[in-house]
Amino acid sequence: MKNDIILAGVGGQGILSIAAIIGYAAVESGLYLKQAEVHGMSQRGGDVQSHLRLSSEEIFSDLIPMGKADMIISVEPMESLRYLPYLSPDGWLITNTETFINIPDYPEKEEVIKEVRKLTNHVALNAGRIALDIGNKKAANVVVLGAASPFIDIPFEKLENAVSRLFGKKGREVAGLNLEALRAGRRIAKNDTGK
Amino acid sequence: MHKLLLLGDEAIAQAGIDAGMSGIFAYPGTPSTEINEFVHASGEAKEKGIVARWSANEKTAAEAALGMSYAGKRTMTCMKHVGLNVAADVFLNASITGTGGGLLFVVADDPSMHSSQNEQDSRVYGKFAMIPILEPSNQQEAYDMVHLGFEISEKFSVPVMLRITTRLAHSRSGVVRKDSREQNKLKLPSDMKQFILLPALARKKYQKLIDNQDAFQSLSEKSDYNTYTPGRDHSMGVVACGLAYNYLMDNYQGRDVPYPVVKVSQYPLPYNNIRKLYDECDSILVIEEGYPVVEEMLRGFIGDGKQVLGRLDGTLPRTGELSPNIVGAALGFPEGEIREVPSLVAKRPPSLCKGCPHIDSFLGLNEAMEEYGKGKVFSDIGCYTLAALPPYESINSCVDMGASITMAKGAADAGLKPAVAVIGDSTFTHSGITGLLDAVNDKSNITVVILDNATTGMTGGQPSAALGKIEGICRGVGVENEHIRVIKPLPKRHEENTRVFREELAYEGVSVIIPRRECIQTLNKRMRQKFSEKTKKADK
Repeated sequence: MKNDIILAGVGGQGILSIAAIIGYAAVESGLYLKQAEVHGMSQRGGDVQSHLRLSSEEIFSDLIPMGKADMIISVEPMESLRYLPYLSPDGWLITNTETFINIPDYPEKEEVIKEVRKLTNHVALNAGRIALDIGNKKAANVVVLGAASPFIDIPFEKLENAVSRLFGKKGREVAGLNLEALRAGRRIAKNDTGK
Repeated sequence: MHKLLLLGDEAIAQAGIDAGMSGIFAYPGTPSTEINEFVHASGEAKEKGIVARWSANEKTAAEAALGMSYAGKRTMTCMKHVGLNVAADVFLNASITGTGGGLLFVVADDPSMHSSQNEQDSRVYGKFAMIPILEPSNQQEAYDMVHLGFEISEKFSVPVMLRITTRLAHSRSGVVRKDSREQNKLKLPSDMKQFILLPALARKKYQKLIDNQDAFQSLSEKSDYNTYTPGRDHSMGVVACGLAYNYLMDNYQGRDVPYPVVKVSQYPLPYNNIRKLYDECDSILVIEEGYPVVEEMLRGFIGDGKQVLGRLDGTLPRTGELSPNIVGAALGFPEGEIREVPSLVAKRPPSLCKGCPHIDSFLGLNEAMEEYGKGKVFSDIGCYTLAALPPYESINSCVDMGASITMAKGAADAGLKPAVAVIGDSTFTHSGITGLLDAVNDKSNITVVILDNATTGMTGGQPSAALGKIEGICRGVGVENEHIRVIKPLPKRHEENTRVFREELAYEGVSVIIPRRECIQTLNKRMRQKFSEKTKKADK
């Protein structure tokens, strides 16, 4: 088993939380894991990415080679496109469709979504709205993770367990809400793709 | 075996806690910050009474570490590569004094300059100081090498450098811990003159360091971290240093590498392995993160030996971080199908946060500077350096910690009017105070803006040594009280603040303006913590 995952977003959008959840679940499943993060200057509203590698065999490089990622999980649509050179020919793109605009030359949203839809293998969902319906917009990143979960070779219960553990620190209500977000994302992806 | 999922930085911190370290001293700097942060947050470290301090700068941190080593205890000091420039004086001289308790200099280099102003390679410094250097290739080695480093340091009475780079510092992987070791007892040096570098004594100590070189070499020859792996294809041999080894191995995905490979993770460079490789192969490829340090050594000045491939001949890029693809190309692997980034994707550079106090400071400064024209504002290293970018474009320099004040002074002495320095509170106490003293003593005509957000912001909000002390320091250094002006950078005070900027820019002499408002990130963090404590209480 091998999953090479690029996580993408804008500094402060919570991609490291997604990484922490998958990471926890992977370790609980006895897998090898390497996860390269971006800290420092770029976290100030710049584009950030994380390379997450899971495998049943020893992993050497902390970075995923270009053209080899099994999926890109992104919490922002334009950011999902920035890392396309990493995606393998049959890889999946899973992205939030909600834009994060903090630059003057952000392209037309429709054009961005059109680019996403050009990929045969994609899941695009408005994670912010789904999270809001559940009760907290901040859970958008977990909705996106839920949408990616059918493509990650870790039993879903392990991901649920990781969400409960990691958000449990913030209280029962927060943990419950994030579990619901995870399941909602998964349902949509399964309906969309038949996976 | 239970594994902890740790960043390279965290693995080093955990290893220090387990290896009987009594104290850690550092100034925050990407990518080294998380080492000290981890010790700060560790309950185990607290229980063991391990001292974890943020020092005013890397030099004071390293000196405190040397003092702790003098007292017989194990200690580490952590910094980013350019931080070692600040600590270079104590670093080089500590190699002469030697150590008491084990002393590690953990230095994190930043090839590709993700968060830095250069990509200097600390291995050059290690060689300069003639001390052993450890360069882990993964998180587990980083953990294990802290233990090894302390042992070497104590056995040979020498500081040891642990050199990592951004990718290892900020990448997470499983780490298996060793048994915990007791801390050393307080113990004075057996030779009371060990740390006195008077010339007559220093010459003897220096000779001892020279004499130890053979022993350091012999350690490298025998090190488990320096390996030779045979290969059937002798048209090329590969030397892979530290992290670069992973990129080599990744390209073969678990299959045997056809070429003989020497992995280097401990310096001085292991002679025997490399000699063997050199003799049996037609050419040598050197893969290393940072400068072509090993490559230059193998090539030699005349360079008429066997062909050495690497960064100098263009087989690998001369600058920047390595990657599996870059190393793959050097090994002759064809590039697979790679998609393009759609042309509509716009750049998204880092920017000042929404609500950041620096925004209001720069808007005020910009307006006040309009009458003088561009090109007169020297700045420094921190979030506020982002004011170099649109829409602010307020500043004209960012060189090294503290240089804003001294460069403004030099430019003022040359006749530039006005000459403005913009520096953060933490950078001011790091390296700005002495420059301000120079300016006061010489009556240089400068205006210094000390942006006080009550934290070390860029690295994630560590405490600032300047907290509550800035006006006192400025007065103590001799700035006139009426020219120390505190303002509150808020949009609604823009007019008033701009007036203060105008007044002090017009003043001929040293003036200081202190825009003071808490960093929006640390403020939000405090609010979140408060909220989460409340909900936790409600849960119970």
